[in-house]
Amino acid sequence: MMSKYDITIGLEVHSELTTKTKAFCSCANEFGATPNSNTCPVCLGLPGAIPVLNKKAVEYTIKAGLATGCEINEETVFERKNYYYPDNSTAYQISQLVKPICENGHININVNGEHKRIRINRIHLEEDAGKLIHSEYGNDSLVDYNRGGVPLIEIVSEPDISSADEAVEYVQTLRNILVFLGVSDGKMQEGSLRCDVNLSVKPKGSDKLGTRTEMKNLNSFRSIHRAILSEQKRQIEILEDGGTIEQETRRWDDNLNQSFSLRSKEDSQDYRYFPDPDLMSVKISKDYIEKIRKDIPALPAERKERYMTELGLSEYDASLMITDVAISNFFENALSQLNNPKLISNWIMTDVMRKLKDDENQNVNILISNENFVELLKLVDSNEISVTAARTVFEELWGGSESASDVVERLGLRQVSSEDEILKVVLQVLENNPKSVEDYNSGNKRAIGFLVGQVMKESGGKFNPQIVNKILQQELSK
Amino acid sequence: MDYTKLTILELSKLLQENKVTSEEVVKQALNKVKETKHLNTLISTLDEYALNKAREIDQKRANREMLGALAGVPITIKDNINVLGFKTTAASKYLSNYVSPYNATLVELLEKEGAIIIGKNNLDDFAMGSSTGYSYFGKTLNPVNEKYSPGGSSGGSAASVASGQSFASIGTDTGGSIRQPASFCGVVGLKPTYGAVSRYGIVAFASSLDQAGPITKTVKDSALVFSAIAKHDAKDSQSIKLQETDYLKEIENFSLKGKKIGVLKELKEIAVSDSVKKSYERALNFYKEHGAEIVEVSVEDLVKSLSIYHIVSAAEAASNFARFDGIKYGVRGEGYDDLTSLYYKTRTQGFGKEVKKRVMFGNFVISTENLDQFFTKAKKVQVKIINQFNKAFKECDVILTPTTKTSAFLLGENSKNSTDMYEEDIFTVPASIAGLPAISIPNGFDSENQMPLGLQIIGNKKSESLLFGFANYFEENANISEAN
Repeated sequence: MMSKYDITIGLEVHSELTTKTKAFCSCANEFGATPNSNTCPVCLGLPGAIPVLNKKAVEYTIKAGLATGCEINEETVFERKNYYYPDNSTAYQISQLVKPICENGHININVNGEHKRIRINRIHLEEDAGKLIHSEYGNDSLVDYNRGGVPLIEIVSEPDISSADEAVEYVQTLRNILVFLGVSDGKMQEGSLRCDVNLSVKPKGSDKLGTRTEMKNLNSFRSIHRAILSEQKRQIEILEDGGTIEQETRRWDDNLNQSFSLRSKEDSQDYRYFPDPDLMSVKISKDYIEKIRKDIPALPAERKERYMTELGLSEYDASLMITDVAISNFFENALSQLNNPKLISNWIMTDVMRKLKDDENQNVNILISNENFVELLKLVDSNEISVTAARTVFEELWGGSESASDVVERLGLRQVSSEDEILKVVLQVLENNPKSVEDYNSGNKRAIGFLVGQVMKESGGKFNPQIVNKILQQELSK
Repeated sequence: MDYTKLTILELSKLLQENKVTSEEVVKQALNKVKETKHLNTLISTLDEYALNKAREIDQKRANREMLGALAGVPITIKDNINVLGFKTTAASKYLSNYVSPYNATLVELLEKEGAIIIGKNNLDDFAMGSSTGYSYFGKTLNPVNEKYSPGGSSGGSAASVASGQSFASIGTDTGGSIRQPASFCGVVGLKPTYGAVSRYGIVAFASSLDQAGPITKTVKDSALVFSAIAKHDAKDSQSIKLQETDYLKEIENFSLKGKKIGVLKELKEIAVSDSVKKSYERALNFYKEHGAEIVEVSVEDLVKSLSIYHIVSAAEAASNFARFDGIKYGVRGEGYDDLTSLYYKTRTQGFGKEVKKRVMFGNFVISTENLDQFFTKAKKVQVKIINQFNKAFKECDVILTPTTKTSAFLLGENSKNSTDMYEEDIFTVPASIAGLPAISIPNGFDSENQMPLGLQIIGNKKSESLLFGFANYFEENANISEAN
């Protein structure tokens, strides 16, 4: 069934910007504050209050545009998008229509080894609405305007996406870029990044696009994936039955794994866009753009490339190093003090990421300091502690306040590498285990393992196992 | 002594010389308000507040502290301007319970200069109208003759000043709402250059046209109040910065020598009453005899100003008033059963007829299928008019017109078709469209009904100094007290 049809998907991703204050007033831009505490006449839309544009928000938007290869318009205009809804205090949203800040960019994605370019139509700046909280008790709904006026960028893709996997990869890649840029915190569970899906299906190979539907405000990769699969199935079933697709907006319910019709094209309000008379059009100079461009840190794709070509990491390992900007920065910081990319990346991929997985909110909180991490790895690298011992130390360091060497001392984990000391014990063990010596000498090379174990036991695990091995072999071959 | 008959300059002098206390003046003003209550100029009176402020000022004066230029002077503010802690109703049922949680910037500036707000003036519902007859709180009477309308929408403001209740009132002007009532009541009204006075805190009607300005007894008073409020405000994105000017000094130094007065070719055909025609020509002659040259100038698309005004102001108002949706502000429609009907009922019941009309028209011109044909086109012609005015001001220093086509109309006349009323604004609307400053000053009386007439002086952007010069010269030297 699926193979008879092409799926066409366009995504509109909204991301809140991490500016200190809102888009058009100086209220704090923060999540989770007491309802209606970050408000003022402007974002409450009180009679007489008027907006003033937040320059940082424009800067961040330009940054996002530059990082996705967009052209930045020399002149940009803010328009009013007029519609009624209780979470919108002025009954219009200040947004952009005709002259957005950024246009014509792209993002490269990689799905199962296939590289694809997804074009970006535009990125514009607008303000977020407040939040409606529907009362559990009665028919009331409550409005919290804290979020009202928070700056949002809307990134509109061309309908270049053809599958749920591609869609998720696109959003992940885009999110990562925005987080690396420092313009978004990418916290989908907090609603700071959300996605609208526009989807249509058409007979395979056909040029004519089908009627599309829209699903709004999906805020997890999982729901994006499920919603797309569900909607393409629904549309295909309708077409197979001989029906037609109605152009409508649908609400996705992740719990029920189903979408519901919200409003059809006829029911939708006319937004009556016109330029906001309270704001002037904004001129963006080439100098200003270049200044911002210089400020852009190395982005995920660029870093991954460098990790592979300059540091020799495998593609898989390099991909893991860029899954989050905190991890990438952590990796690069360690690298600047210890030139062993393989060791560092291995420890990050296994031990650090194992710890991060435990965080139920998927926050990347690396609870071991850069200094401790580097110190620990140096101890391993120089054989002063065994890898096993290092794992124990790592556990102590995560979330702890001691230094690596303090923990090593406290737990007495320093490895002994002195050949003289080891020789003494080796000779002792050889004397006490003549049978094993005989086994070894008669060809059972694996008997050395038992002897190594005995030496290690005698030393309380403190001997450097490689050196023990070396000396044993040395003595055995005498 | 009846201090309420004085000008601000005269009063200030007496206050500074400690010949009278501010408390006494405020008491007199409040008494005057009580005596003339029937004029219905005020929606709220701030008795306690004003007396306390007066006492504060008096105390500061006694302590020889530095005081502002308007210290101790009772003023009123149009009720579409936010004054913290008091109702700002915009004369609308919708905001009849709304108490301002913040001050408009211009209010902060006035209070910084020590002005004492004694009341909030009546206006047309949401400032839409030219009679103050559309107020939810009843109409205001013209103090000169109570059978007449004071004009609007700042009718309450003009009436307060004309009746001696306050020494100045801050009104707002979108298409003539300061100048026309000033003309009808025989007082001075200034609409500043767009952006000169901060709009932060003024209930928005037409965002790209609204300007607050002083209504006073004299031109010098107007300059004094304008000085206090014409300051750049970072909270208003359209706010402009004027050059620091001592307007009173400029007025003193003003000379008509070499000055050119423009007369608009396009307004020659506009039918006005005989009295208006006579008083206007008399004014032109006055200036001519005193050394100015009269030149004819042209603003080709001038008469299109009315259509542009109605399209642009309605469009912006429709969007600005959308926030009055029943969710906030304590006035909600009755009999709703879901969100959509809540919106419908609230707006049907809460808005006056004139407001509804303009909101509907406004939404029509910004609807997606009509935007280009109406709104965008109007904006394009607006730019042409701005350029034409700019060109005209190369030929002259100021342009003179009558302020209105007639003198004040009888009360109840505004219940006629309000669209016919729109034509009356032909003289005031062009300066609004072009963002230019314009002042209306008393210019004699109508021979038929003895009601005041007004002379309008329009200048190029940021030319308030010139306007005050011309206006004051006329006020001080022209003999206009004799009835026509």
